[in-house]
Amino acid sequence: MTEMVYGAVPAQGGEPILPKWWRTIDKWTISCVLILFAIGLLLGFAASPPLAERNGHDPFHYVERQAFFGGLALIAMIVTSMMSPTLVRRLAVLGFLVAFVGLALLPFFGTDFGKGAVRWYSLGFASVQPSEFLKPGFVVVAAWMMAASHQIHGPPGTAWSFALCVAIVLMLALQPDFGQACLVLFGWGVMYFVAGAPMLLLVIMAGMVVLAGSFAYANSEHFARRIDGFLNPEIDPTTQLGYATNAIREGGLLGVGVGEGEVKWSLPDAHTDFIIAVAAEEYGLILVLIIIGLYTSIVVRSLLRLMRERDTFVRLAGTGLACIFAVQAMINMGVAVRLLPAKGMTLPFVSYGGSSLIAGGIAVGMLLAFTRTRPQGQIGDILRGRVR
Amino acid sequence: MIRTPLRPLARILEARRKGENPDAIERENIRLRHEEMQDRARARAESRLLVLGLFFFCAFMVIGGRMGLVAMSEPMEPRAQAPGAQIAAQRADIVDRHGRILATNFETHALYAQPPQMIDPEGAAEKLAEIFPDLDREKLHRQFTGKRKFVWVKRKISPEQKQAVHDLGEPGLLFGPREMRLYPNGKLAAHVLGGASFGKEGVSAAEVIGVAGVEKQFDQFLRDPANGGKALQLSLDLTIQAAAEQVLYGGMRIMNAKGATSILMDVHTGEVISVVSLPDFDPNDRPRPPTEGDPSDSPLFNRAVQGVYELGSTYKIFAAAQAMELGLVNPDTIIDTSGPMRIGGFPIGEFRNKNYGKLSVADIIVNSSNRGTGRMALEIGPTRQKEFLSNLGMLDPTPFEIVEAAGGQPLFPQRWGELSTVTISYGHGMSNTPMHLAAGYAAIANGGHYVSPTILKQNGPQYGPRVLSPEVAKASQKILRKVVTDGTASFAHVPGYPVGGKTGTADKPKARGGYYDDKVIATFASMFPADDPQYVLVVTLDEPVETSGDKPRRTAGWTAVPVAAEMIARIAPLLGIRPQLEPGPRAAITLTSN
Repeated sequence: MTEMVYGAVPAQGGEPILPKWWRTIDKWTISCVLILFAIGLLLGFAASPPLAERNGHDPFHYVERQAFFGGLALIAMIVTSMMSPTLVRRLAVLGFLVAFVGLALLPFFGTDFGKGAVRWYSLGFASVQPSEFLKPGFVVVAAWMMAASHQIHGPPGTAWSFALCVAIVLMLALQPDFGQACLVLFGWGVMYFVAGAPMLLLVIMAGMVVLAGSFAYANSEHFARRIDGFLNPEIDPTTQLGYATNAIREGGLLGVGVGEGEVKWSLPDAHTDFIIAVAAEEYGLILVLIIIGLYTSIVVRSLLRLMRERDTFVRLAGTGLACIFAVQAMINMGVAVRLLPAKGMTLPFVSYGGSSLIAGGIAVGMLLAFTRTRPQGQIGDILRGRVR
Repeated sequence: MIRTPLRPLARILEARRKGENPDAIERENIRLRHEEMQDRARARAESRLLVLGLFFFCAFMVIGGRMGLVAMSEPMEPRAQAPGAQIAAQRADIVDRHGRILATNFETHALYAQPPQMIDPEGAAEKLAEIFPDLDREKLHRQFTGKRKFVWVKRKISPEQKQAVHDLGEPGLLFGPREMRLYPNGKLAAHVLGGASFGKEGVSAAEVIGVAGVEKQFDQFLRDPANGGKALQLSLDLTIQAAAEQVLYGGMRIMNAKGATSILMDVHTGEVISVVSLPDFDPNDRPRPPTEGDPSDSPLFNRAVQGVYELGSTYKIFAAAQAMELGLVNPDTIIDTSGPMRIGGFPIGEFRNKNYGKLSVADIIVNSSNRGTGRMALEIGPTRQKEFLSNLGMLDPTPFEIVEAAGGQPLFPQRWGELSTVTISYGHGMSNTPMHLAAGYAAIANGGHYVSPTILKQNGPQYGPRVLSPEVAKASQKILRKVVTDGTASFAHVPGYPVGGKTGTADKPKARGGYYDDKVIATFASMFPADDPQYVLVVTLDEPVETSGDKPRRTAGWTAVPVAAEMIARIAPLLGIRPQLEPGPRAAITLTSN
């Protein structure tokens, strides 16, 4: 009666947030992320003093900034990872809309920092690259659309998401920022693959990529030079790649020692695109293998956990996020050892960068949110006798 | 499988019959279908996710493995391979027609300083000034103690100087290897070779670029690595060039001339065997271009191709030859040369106001009659005269392949009227370089073909278009021979080598109009051997004066001709021309003149 008169006692449904988070989060992955971040700070001590010196700051100016933004990124990551998939989806869609508008307005309000491509908004104390925030947002939106198309009587979400993907790729290519465009395209392709793309279509798409590549090779001198440089077995030691290769060699197994490295003085991008070369030179192959191991375990563990996931949206969104994260790391390290053609791509969580670090934190936070342990209806399977 | 969709419908029909609401069953059906679909999708996604996971695992392993391979490989010595930044050294040699070296390269060192590395900048400046007396101690001191991080001290140093600098033991003084251009024959053929200096300069090498002469004209060829160091072969003959320079220098001194030039040219090929311009310079230490005064007085001035002079009576043979070619006259046609003769109110006089009366065409040339030549030119007319001189290449700069040749632009009147026709016929009112004259005489000497003068060795005759018939050319040669035997060039007797030629003495024009009385350009244009000319020799003296007589003599017959004769006597044997000393038709003439 009391309840009928006064309404229900506002009782907590389920367990408190933090214990639940700690119980369901993938502790391996989050540990790996934290270690990666620590390694990033450590390498920042090694790689960024030359840059600070060039720009007239204290030697560890960039390390401090990295620690500050890294702290923000970690907070963003943990907060995001506490959200439910639905909340993540809602916020991500909003974030995606904001980033999309930001990307569209770049030609009018953005700056190029003298690098020839308008990719940034300058906020005075920091710069923001909308495409960094757009990537995780797009993954979530596309996963949502694809999942919707898997409903009976659902909308043709896959086609919508493809149209959106094409639009974003075109906008990025116009900046031009082919690296991010490729990442977005790749992320969509992986999600479509997991969502059940017909094999024939996948083969045709692979063919199209080859065609587009050869078209770009024939028509873009910039692109052709990079590919030629990649195919040429001789490394010109005065190029960035030459320095990077040499640094990895110099490092050997155990490295030349903390602060003894030389490559950071010669490479303008030592703190971002070629940070792995700095790591290899100063700390040796061991640290590099540890870094590779960390990335591998984050990605592979996430994918394995997503295998058990029954919610289509969660599965697709998690796959997209994990793959973009993995590919970014792969490209960065693959370039340094000349497995891939030169393409500027930061190493997630390790490279220096303000907004990209926060965007990375949010993305990994989403991934953690999607890979949390959830009831997957196995009891129902058992009851229905469908246990394999 | 066909029955599966039927069953739900059966249940719905059953429910309707029982009066139940079929919607719940409909929803249940959809839910089941959906679940089944999700299960299928999940099973597929599971395998695909596994594939993805394996792919990323392998990819990361490959990167790690590759990292390990690179890290374990031996560090290579980084090779200094910077494309584009490389300075192409090794300039090709220049050789004469027999392959003797005219210009080559020599390894030396450049000295530079890096003041930040210096231990004792003051002491270094002090001692460097002792080793190199031409360096300014104060300036070195200033440079070494200032803020500069890099100072070129000296571009080329000798091995002894290098050792001396080495002995200073100063770590901030460094040497960069250099290839310098060396002209082992010194002043010989200086104007042809021109000179070279450093272009783009780096610490480890410097580019050698031509600054004048063939070095500049053929700069691309000499620097082109595609030629594989193939030498540039010139038409010059080193021995003959040396003899010609020696004779011309002596002649210039004896005749008190301020400058002189000579050109020896093969009449069939156009090859210039020797070309001399005095005063000259040493291309190893090429002087700077003068900033004041008359540039034509500078040693750098190449009189043979840049000096544009009125060449006087040497032109008369062109008028005579053209008149014969047009059929207006033959060598024996008698023309009245008596005065007075006025063209447009301007009197045409003779040398020393002589009056030759009626002369044959041959004798007009032999006696160098202005009026006789002028009358022939009036018959020819301005248009035909201009065309003929144009065919001889006298209205354009010579195509001679040294950069300075383009500066030898002939001067001729814009309005080429009758007066111009007459004065040009005896070499006034039109200015050409001695090289133009040599090419014109070569056309007469080779039987009537224009040949363009060249500095490059040729294979066989290089005849251009025909300008005279062989008969007229032969007749003109005979007239020129007669000038030597009977006329103004009697000093051109060379034992064994019959010479034909024509003298020319032109008053030098004043800078502000009019002509000097006592400054002349004396020219002797000759060909030898006269019975079958193989070579043309043009000797021009600038302001000569011969003072052995009781009054100074300036005419070419007294100045340029003896010099040319001496030169022919020296170089004809070197050219391999057999002397005609056997008693023959001309032997008597040669002997009687002795």
